[in-house]
Amino acid sequence: MINKVLASAAAAVRNIPHGASLGIGGFGETGVPEDLIDAVCDAELTQLHVISNNGGLGRPGGRGIGRLLTEGRVSLLTCSFPANLEFLDAYHRGEVEIELVPQGTLAERLRAGGAGIPAFYTPTGVGTLLGDGGFQSRFAGGHQEGILAPPKERRMFDGRAHLLEHALRPQFALVKAQRADRYGNARFRYGARNFNPVLAMAAEYTVLEVEQVESDAIPADDIHLPGIFVDAVVSR
Amino acid sequence: MSIGGWSRDEVARRISEDLRDGWYVNLGIGLPLLVPGHLRADCEVMLHAEHGLLGIGPAPEADPDPDLIDAGKNLVTLGEGGAAMDSAMSFAIVRGGHLDVAIIGALQVSSKGDLANWLVPGRVPGVGGAMDLVVGARRVWVAMEHSDRLGAPKFVNECTLPLTGARCVDRLYTTRAVFDFRDGRAVLVDLAPGESVDSLRAVTAAEFEINLVTPGAAPRGSHGAERRKRR
Repeated sequence: MINKVLASAAAAVRNIPHGASLGIGGFGETGVPEDLIDAVCDAELTQLHVISNNGGLGRPGGRGIGRLLTEGRVSLLTCSFPANLEFLDAYHRGEVEIELVPQGTLAERLRAGGAGIPAFYTPTGVGTLLGDGGFQSRFAGGHQEGILAPPKERRMFDGRAHLLEHALRPQFALVKAQRADRYGNARFRYGARNFNPVLAMAAEYTVLEVEQVESDAIPADDIHLPGIFVDAVVSR
Repeated sequence: MSIGGWSRDEVARRISEDLRDGWYVNLGIGLPLLVPGHLRADCEVMLHAEHGLLGIGPAPEADPDPDLIDAGKNLVTLGEGGAAMDSAMSFAIVRGGHLDVAIIGALQVSSKGDLANWLVPGRVPGVGGAMDLVVGARRVWVAMEHSDRLGAPKFVNECTLPLTGARCVDRLYTTRAVFDFRDGRAVLVDLAPGESVDSLRAVTAAEFEINLVTPGAAPRGSHGAERRKRR
């Protein structure tokens, strides 16, 4: 019998080691797996490579990705919009690294990772610091030298320049949906869907946090994310 | 110096004159967010939010829903005909040439149509969806103040800030004038009330050509339609 429902968020994150790559869903404060992030913080994991669109807000006592960043658990953040002030201070001091990725490229790199496509070409970023290289990924600090983002491979299609982008395959994904069944089939609500489905597809092991586990299976045509992409389910 | 010009709301109203019924539109943060308040009754447009909503409407009067936000994280509503999707499909809409227009704010625009709007050194290095929008939307319109808060020109011959996209702007609306970009050259097409070409040149760093059209007879909203087809 298939039953992916686990008893607690702590149990669901038990296998995540220090230094893991960890994709986390959410856009702003919608669709963020806050219980799972709390469990990662409570497990005192460090040196994480977090892949998430936003860098959280980092309000004192706040939850979400901001808490992970504020507690200094992240050494590399792959994102399109890092807004957490403590993390940005650490970035400007040269303590952490940011891989800055245009939002659509981030979504497609994850989609490609989940779909078995190792790399693809996109017109996004041509002629910019993110495409031609030069973005300051890491400032010099301590014993480490600064890092500038390298230029991306270019190729012309239909007379227009495109850049080669590589798929992202996080070891783990922490995602959030509104409800799921014991098979891991899930439904989302409005803007809370955002990066959650592509992260679930891309990761080697995906943990899904939901507001409610349905006692009956979700009807096939109503499923946004098929349970094949989900390894564990926890509910609030 | 001129005493003319448009207010930010008048710029938004001027932009709304160029929108067409049935268009799918992405709005950036800042001045573009004023545009929905000036839409004509006979112009139904669907507003896109980059994280996966189509058909967003104004802020709720009551019962805000935390799962309904715009790209700037403001609470919104979802109108009739609206749809929700994931980020990959949302950026397929953006990159795939399905948006009729992206209206975005800017730090600087160059006379060649380059856009800089994502990075001021030393500040938050957030790019979001801006680079996808400027390569993917069928038209890219910029809406911005003509000068920055210190009075420095924002429409310049060369951007000094890092680019969001090169030669990607089709039309620029400022608080003083409207410019089109044709083959890497800027062309003045409309002036705010009280402005003259001379008064405009006095506060503009960028070089531009002049092709003012009779008010009301302008081919409004059509620019860019032939240049960028759905791919």
